[in-house]
Amino acid sequence: MTTDDTILRVEGLAKSFGTTEVLKEVSFTVRKGETKVFIGPSGTGKSTLLRCINQLIVPDAGRVYLHGEEVTHAGARINHYRAKIGMVFQNFNLFDHLTAIRNVEIALLKVKGMKEDEAREKALFELRRVGMEDRADHYPAQLSGGQAQRVSIARALAMDPDVMLFDEPTSALDPELTGEVLEVIRGLARAGMTMLIVTHEMRFALSIADELLFMEHGTILERGAPGDLATSPTFERTRQFTGRFADL
Amino acid sequence: MDQTAFIINTLLPALWGGLVVTLGLIAFTAPFGVLIGAGVAVGRVYGSRPVQYLARAYVTFFKGTPLLLLLFILYFGLPSIGISLSPFVASVLGFIFCNSAYDSEYIRGSIRSIKEGQFTAGLALGMARTQVIRYVILPQALRRSIPGLVNEFVYLIKYSSLAYMVTVVELTGAGKMIATRYFTYNETFLVVGLVYLFLVTITTIGAHLLERRVAIPG
Repeated sequence: MTTDDTILRVEGLAKSFGTTEVLKEVSFTVRKGETKVFIGPSGTGKSTLLRCINQLIVPDAGRVYLHGEEVTHAGARINHYRAKIGMVFQNFNLFDHLTAIRNVEIALLKVKGMKEDEAREKALFELRRVGMEDRADHYPAQLSGGQAQRVSIARALAMDPDVMLFDEPTSALDPELTGEVLEVIRGLARAGMTMLIVTHEMRFALSIADELLFMEHGTILERGAPGDLATSPTFERTRQFTGRFADL
Repeated sequence: MDQTAFIINTLLPALWGGLVVTLGLIAFTAPFGVLIGAGVAVGRVYGSRPVQYLARAYVTFFKGTPLLLLLFILYFGLPSIGISLSPFVASVLGFIFCNSAYDSEYIRGSIRSIKEGQFTAGLALGMARTQVIRYVILPQALRRSIPGLVNEFVYLIKYSSLAYMVTVVELTGAGKMIATRYFTYNETFLVVGLVYLFLVTITTIGAHLLERRVAIPG
């Protein structure tokens, strides 16, 4: 059951849009420092799952616990939990009217209530961490996709989150730009960050995942360590899926 | 009488007082127009159902009734229910209703044009909805609204002359009085018209500079 190093617990999450069941009874537990990678065909509820965790989408059923405290049904306290759950989006979603460093600072100022100089220092630190300190005064429109995504990672990291959610962080990037973003995420894994990642980058998924979860039709169909993929019979469907990727 | 001497010695001093009143009407109206307009726009986009309906009713009502009628009601009508406003206050109120209703439409359009993902990102960082609106959405929406808001400002400069209909002696009113007394309609209203043109030109130049100043690089 729940051990001391459990950071996130997801129990029976379900969500339907109209008559379409996007998530059906999804459950898992995330330990501190663990990287779980969700793979599977498009439209199988992976992004919805991430958004249900921080309640950007309110699930129909199921519960989410962060450090044992319930995030679902948190009411006004939801902002408090969201601040501890970092999220990185497919389309970066940087604030277009703010420079890179202001993008990182703003939640520190407005959510954490930091002083200006304290926030600036923290923001610079995070930009340095993703290799973007020399672009601190650039606006989002002046950044490449890869740079913008690295800034958005810094923005999420600045909040010192307990867990990071990555929703297809490289899907909107040109192939030659995905590398720099994946390298930053690898660095976070090495530093012991707890992460949930939705991605279509199979090689990246296999190399970074502590556990690989294959989702289809709103459920976790198969799951296990990437090393088991080749050998375990339970990974039949996943092998098919990843095999198709290998063919491409 | 020499026309130039008339314009310099009689007309311009008389118009000066009117101009000050006109500028006063504009100065009291425009900031509240934008402020209330922004509030109404936010209410229409992000408010609860009742708030949305209320905001929509506000816009429909004040866009749909002639401004002159509104001024008549505010100045001549309200005293019968015990509310007596000075001509200046009644005019400013009427202008604010009208100005804010139109401003809100420009701002609403701009809010809608901002990518939904930025709102989501703000929430994901732990910001409250009101914080996202204030620090993420409005700073961008207001920038995009500048051309529309300037348009409304230009209208305001000109329709501020309606205040004369409720006895405010502003620029047009001051001109009318001089014109009637000296029987100099052409000279007087030509000069008055040039003053309005001057105000509008200054506004347009100022708006251009403002737009350049607040433009988001990239």
